[in-house]
Amino acid sequence: MRHAWVIAKRELASYFASPVAYVFLVIFLLLTGFFTFTAGQFFERGEASLGAFFGWHPWLYLVLVPAAGMRLWAEERRSGTLELLFTLPITPWQAIAGKFLASWIFIALALALTFPVVVTVNVLGAPDNGAIFAGYLGSLLLAGAYLAVTCATSALTRNQVVAFILSVVACLFLILAGFNPVTDLMARWASPALVDAVAAFSVVTHFDGFERGVIDARDLYFFLAVIGFSLFATGVILRNR
Amino acid sequence: MIRIENLVKYFGAKRAVDGISFNVERGEVVGFLGPNGSGKSTTMRMITGYYAPDAGRVSVGGHDLAEAPLEAKRLIGYLPENAAAYTDMTVHGFLAFAAEMRGLSGDAKKRAIASAVERCFLASVLHQSIDTLSKGYRHRTCLAQALIHDPEVLVLDEPTDGLDPNQKHEVRNLIRELGKSKAVVFSTHILEEVDAACTRAIIIDRGRVVAQGTPDELGRPLDEVFRRLTTSDTAKP
Repeated sequence: MRHAWVIAKRELASYFASPVAYVFLVIFLLLTGFFTFTAGQFFERGEASLGAFFGWHPWLYLVLVPAAGMRLWAEERRSGTLELLFTLPITPWQAIAGKFLASWIFIALALALTFPVVVTVNVLGAPDNGAIFAGYLGSLLLAGAYLAVTCATSALTRNQVVAFILSVVACLFLILAGFNPVTDLMARWASPALVDAVAAFSVVTHFDGFERGVIDARDLYFFLAVIGFSLFATGVILRNR
Repeated sequence: MIRIENLVKYFGAKRAVDGISFNVERGEVVGFLGPNGSGKSTTMRMITGYYAPDAGRVSVGGHDLAEAPLEAKRLIGYLPENAAAYTDMTVHGFLAFAAEMRGLSGDAKKRAIASAVERCFLASVLHQSIDTLSKGYRHRTCLAQALIHDPEVLVLDEPTDGLDPNQKHEVRNLIRELGKSKAVVFSTHILEEVDAACTRAIIIDRGRVVAQGTPDELGRPLDEVFRRLTTSDTAKP
């Protein structure tokens, strides 16, 4: 665990050593602000909740999270430091966990910086802060799932752009499987059981509960399973490099 | 310290390393020679555990690399080809990272960094970011990383590549000095380095050992021996 933490520290520092971290944080906050207040009609809704805020996260993360994670392994492969890392006395899992953790902490920081919306809604009304907490937890898990998928695609290639596109496509599948227009389309020819089965693989289906303030163990397990499976896939990909 | 037996590695259908065996004991500096593409780097990557061999065994300090990779890797300091390093870090930050990954902390870490910096003449660039360094300094930074935990085994892939004549001279002296107490294997295609630093040389060609012995045993002049034993075009089947 100590080695994983040393790697995580290095990785986090490297986010902030380049403009990447600052550009990411500014864009993330601008976009969440725009989607919540303008596109999400936060004020027009007239309710003291953050539905307008969390509802956009699956789509917002679709572009931003792969951008934050695409360099994790692709850059190590390109610069040759992967060789350095894998000849150190550590297991591949320590490296994988360390790098994933660093990027997840980074996203958590971005998410924490959205605190003004929580303050705003608390000033304007009396929201259910438990529900808001559940929303944040769900959002963090959602970002973690996307990040783990990005880890796997990033391990596949030395090219960050390829890693980015592959992970956007993979995450888009995770959204569309449970996205209403898609499930409606499927319901025309498929049995309801099949539609539900496909939707069960979607992050939207499992994020819904958190968004409404319900922490369901099944949703929690779903996200943890996506993270676990993707990181496992990352390990397999790196072993067969 | 290093024992390798019948190492084989395929890249696709090409047998890049074709049954190489040799040992390196403490107190030896072994020069690993061969034309470009003859399998030097591939062999070194198998010794350090980056590649898993398709056949054969590697053991370092009595630890089999396939069975006890962590114990074996702890004993090795490795300078990869092209001296890869995290270029967004400073020299000091990079060495601190290497030291922590080797389990050093506190005073032991500080001493290890100070000693590696002194050995590789890095004091003047200590707080410079690695991507601003010239090739020679970058190379020495990566070499310092390999020495940080005072390893018993050193595997150096072209340690003098890209250095100016003064730096080459210093690095060769350093290798000879380190070789007194460690097992060192380094690859090169500069034949004068064999005389300058090695106690023994191994010449490989197309993945096979074609000659080994002290520089005197191999015969003189060395470059004629080398040309006679190796093929100039490694792409030929």
